[in-house]
Amino acid sequence: MSETVFAPWEDPNEKPLIRFQNVTKRFGDFVAIDDLTLDIYAQEFFALLGPSGCGKTTMMRMLAGFETVSDGRIELSGQDIGRVPPNKRAVNMMFQSYALFPHLSVWENIAFGLKRGSMPKEQIAARVDEMLKLTRLEKFAQRKPHQISGGQRQRVALARSLAKAPKLLLLDEPLGALDKKLRQDTQFELMDIQETTGTTFVIVTHDQEEAMTVASRVAVMDEGRIIQVATPAQIYEAPNSVYVADFIGDVNILTGTVKSAGDERYHVDWAVNQPPVLATSAKPFSDGQECHLAIRPEKILISPTKPEDAENAVQGKILDIAYLGNLSTYHVELPGGQIIKAQTANTRRISRRNFTWEDPVWISWSATAGVLLDQ
Amino acid sequence: MKRLSWFNVTSLTLGFAFLYLPMVLLIIYSFNASKLVTVWAGFSTKWYGTLFQNEAFLDAAWVTLKVAVISSTFATVLGTMAAYVLVRSGRFWGRTLFSGMIYAPLVMPEVITGLSLLLLFISIGLDRGVMTIVLAHTTFSMCFVSVVVSSRLISFDRSLEEAALDLGCSAFDAFRLVTLPIIAPAVISGWLLAFTLSLDDLVIASFVSGPSSTTLPIKIWSAVRLGVSPEINALSTIMIGIVTVGVITASLVSKRNSLRMQREEQAAERPA
Amino acid sequence: MRRVALIAVPYAWLLTLFLIPFLIVFKISLSDMALAIPPYTPTLNDGLAALIAGLDFENFVFLTTDDLYYKAYLSSLQIALFSTLMTLLVGYPIAYGMARAPQEWRATLMMLVILPFWTSFLIRVYAWVGILSNEGVLNQFLLWLGLVSEPLTILNTTTAVYIGIVYTYLPFMILPIYAALDRMDDSLIEAAEDLGCSRLTAFWLVTIPLSRNGIIAGCFLVFIPALGEFVIPSLLGGSGTLMIGKVLFEEFFNNRDWPVASAVAVILLLILIVPIVLFQRNQQRQAEAEQ
Repeated sequence: MSETVFAPWEDPNEKPLIRFQNVTKRFGDFVAIDDLTLDIYAQEFFALLGPSGCGKTTMMRMLAGFETVSDGRIELSGQDIGRVPPNKRAVNMMFQSYALFPHLSVWENIAFGLKRGSMPKEQIAARVDEMLKLTRLEKFAQRKPHQISGGQRQRVALARSLAKAPKLLLLDEPLGALDKKLRQDTQFELMDIQETTGTTFVIVTHDQEEAMTVASRVAVMDEGRIIQVATPAQIYEAPNSVYVADFIGDVNILTGTVKSAGDERYHVDWAVNQPPVLATSAKPFSDGQECHLAIRPEKILISPTKPEDAENAVQGKILDIAYLGNLSTYHVELPGGQIIKAQTANTRRISRRNFTWEDPVWISWSATAGVLLDQ
Repeated sequence: MKRLSWFNVTSLTLGFAFLYLPMVLLIIYSFNASKLVTVWAGFSTKWYGTLFQNEAFLDAAWVTLKVAVISSTFATVLGTMAAYVLVRSGRFWGRTLFSGMIYAPLVMPEVITGLSLLLLFISIGLDRGVMTIVLAHTTFSMCFVSVVVSSRLISFDRSLEEAALDLGCSAFDAFRLVTLPIIAPAVISGWLLAFTLSLDDLVIASFVSGPSSTTLPIKIWSAVRLGVSPEINALSTIMIGIVTVGVITASLVSKRNSLRMQREEQAAERPA
Repeated sequence: MRRVALIAVPYAWLLTLFLIPFLIVFKISLSDMALAIPPYTPTLNDGLAALIAGLDFENFVFLTTDDLYYKAYLSSLQIALFSTLMTLLVGYPIAYGMARAPQEWRATLMMLVILPFWTSFLIRVYAWVGILSNEGVLNQFLLWLGLVSEPLTILNTTTAVYIGIVYTYLPFMILPIYAALDRMDDSLIEAAEDLGCSRLTAFWLVTIPLSRNGIIAGCFLVFIPALGEFVIPSLLGGSGTLMIGKVLFEEFFNNRDWPVASAVAVILLLILIVPIVLFQRNQQRQAEAEQ
C-alpha cells in the first residue's frame, strides 16, 4: 500500500496552476475580495465554500475573466491573466443556470466552443461524440435543451464546458438546481469525470456537504477573505476558528479560559459550578487565555450513569430528541442552562431506545474529542 | 372555475361591441351597391373593382409599402442597437440624453415631430420625397422598436452571453450567434410594429412628403375629408382583413409553440 | 471600439433627426416673420451673436394677443381631460371583466383588445364618419326606434370628437389596468369579504387601490396623445372644435406662418412636459415596486 497521496500543496517544489496574489476586488465602496492570496494546483478539485455574498462567485468570475481585478494579480500557469478577455482564456465555466443556448441542440451546444477555433469538422464531431459518451448523453444529441430533464441539462452544461479541454474548469453551484437525491448521484459522477479527464476543477458552492464530498481541498470564505484552506477531513476535524467549525456541520462550543495541564493538555474553565474540562491542543495556549472548545455532537457519548473512565463527564437532562432515521440528536440541558447536542447512530430499532424526554443523563467525551480554538 | 357575473358579461359584451361594431359596419358597407351610406342597395363587390383600377391609389399604396419596408428595416437595426446600448452599455457620457431621446418620440404629438423634421429637411436643403419620409419614419419607429427589444433584453439571461464569451466568442459573435437568435421574436415584432406605424402614419408624412411621394394615408385623408366614400370602405376592409388574419395567425402560432414547448418540457422530466 | 460605434450610430441618428429639429423649431419660434422669406429661410451659420441678437419673443406675444390660441390650448386641455375620464369609465369595467374571465378566455380577449392597435388609426376614426353623420347608421337606428323624430347632429361637433378619442384610445386604457388587475391575487378580495367587507366595499377598498398604477398609466397614455391630437378633431369635429394640433397644422399649411406655428409647437411641448414627467415617474415607481 505505497500509493502516493495526491497532495501537491504539501510539495514546496510544485508550481501552482493558479495563483491569487494579494487580490482585491471593489465594487464602488464595497470590497468583495479583500487582499486574498491563494494557490490552486493542477488536477485539484478545489471548492470555494461560503455563505452567499462571501465573494466566492466574484473569485470565480475573476478567473473566468468576467470581472477585472482591482488590485493584485492572478496567474494561470505563471502568466498574469488580469488583462486577458474571457474568450482568450484556457478556462471554461459551467454556469449555475447552465446557460444552455435554447435555440441550439445538445450536439450544437457542445460543439459551440469547438467551432470557435480552427478545428477541422471531423475532429469537432469526434470530440463532441466523446463528450456525449463521457456524460452518457448519446441518445439526446439532437434534442433541444427544453426537451431534456434538469439532470440531463446539467450534464450538457458540463460536457460543453469540458469540450475544449480547458486547463481549468470553473463550476458555479453546479448541482444547485437538482433535487437532493439526484445531487448526491451527480456528485460522484462529477468526481469520476474530474478524475478521468484530469482537469483542474474549481467549484463554488454554499453547500458544505457537497464541498466535503467532491473536493480535494476546501477554502472556507467569509466577507471577501479566506478563513481556512485545507482538505475536507482537516476542515472538519481541525477547524482553525469557531466560524469554520460552525459553518461545517454541527458543533458544540464551550467558551472559557485555559490553564495548562502539561504535555499539550489544558484545563478549560467554562462554567461556574462545573469542574473544568480537559482538552488537548498542539497549538500552545497561555494560562488565562480565552478559548473556545469545539466538540462535534457525534463525539459526545450519552449514558444513563456516569461513565467510569471518561476524561470529561457532565450531568444534564434530555430536553429534545431529533430523530433523523439513521441518527438521533439529543439536546441535553446542563444545570447552568447550556444546551449540548449529542448524536448517536441508531443501530437498534426505535422501540428499544434507551432515553426519552426529561431523562437525567450523563454526557461524556475524551480529551482529544474537541478542538481548542482561540478565535 | 370562476364564472362571470352578469355585470362582467354585460361590460365585456358592450365594450367589445363598441370596439368592433364600427369596423364591422365599415366592412358591411363596403359591399353596398349604392354609393350612399344611407341606402342598402344590395350586395356588390364593384367598389373593390374600381379601387383596383384607381391608379392614384395603387401608386400611393406602392409608395407606402416601399417606405414601410425600408424604414421599418432601418428602424429595426437602429432600434435594436439602441436597446442594446440602453440595457447593456452601463454608464456613458450623455446616457440620460440618449434614453430621453428614445422615450420622448413615443409621447410626442405627431404634429410637432412632423413640423420639426420638415424644418430640418428644408434647412439642410433636402428635397422632400420618399427619402425624407423614410428618414422621418425610421426616426420615430426606431424608438418603438427599441422599447420592444429592450424589454426583452432586460429579461434575457446574461449568463448565456457570458457562456458564449467563455467558449471563445468575440462580443460581436456572442451577439450574432446567441443573443440575436434568442431575442429574434422581439426583433420581429419590433419590425412589424415599425412597419404598421409607417403604413399608418398620416400626420408626419403630410409634413415631410413631396408632391411626387403621396402615401396611402395621405390619399385616404384627402378622400375622406369630403365624406364617406365606398372605395375607401373597400380599401379599409382589405386593410382590416390583412391585419386580422395576420394577428390571429401570429397568436395561434405562438400559442401552439408555447403549448408544444410545455408538453416537451413535461415529457423531458418524466423518467424514460 | 465596437462599443463606441454601437453607441454612436443610434445616438448620432437621434441627435440629427430628433434633437436638432427641435432646436430649429425653437429657433424659428423666436425669429421674425418679416425676415423669414419665404416664409422663413433658416440659416444655421449665423453665428451665436447673430442668433442672440435675432431672438425675438414677438411670436409668443402674438399668441397672447389673439385669443384663438389661448382658447385652443384651453379647449384642448378640456377635451383631453374629459375624454380621458370617459375612457377610464368605459375602459375600467372592460379591463375588470377581462381579469375576472376564465383563464382560457383571457388570451383571446387580450388579442381582441390588441387587434385594433394594428389596424389603421385613420380608418378607425373614419369608420365613425359613416356612423355619426345625419344620414348615418346611428341616426337611422334612432329614427327606426322612434327615439328621435329628426336626425341628431353629432358629426362635426365636439361630441363626435369625444366619441372618437374614447374609441381610438380605449385599448391604451384597458391594457395597463388589465395588467394591474391580472397581477392581483384573488384571495385578497376573499380575505376582505372574510373580514366583513361587502362586495362593493371590497372593490372600493382593495381592487381600486391595487389597480391604481394601471389607472394612472392608462390615463396618461390617453391624455398625452389626446392633447396634441390632429386627425380626430379634423375629421369628426366641426369648425367650432378648437384643438391645438389642428391649429398648428392649419397655421403651418394654410397660413404658411412658420414662426407662429413653431411658437404654437413650443408652447404645446411646454404644456406636455408636466404630464410626461409625471408619467415617467409613475412608470419608474412601478418598475421599482416590482423589483
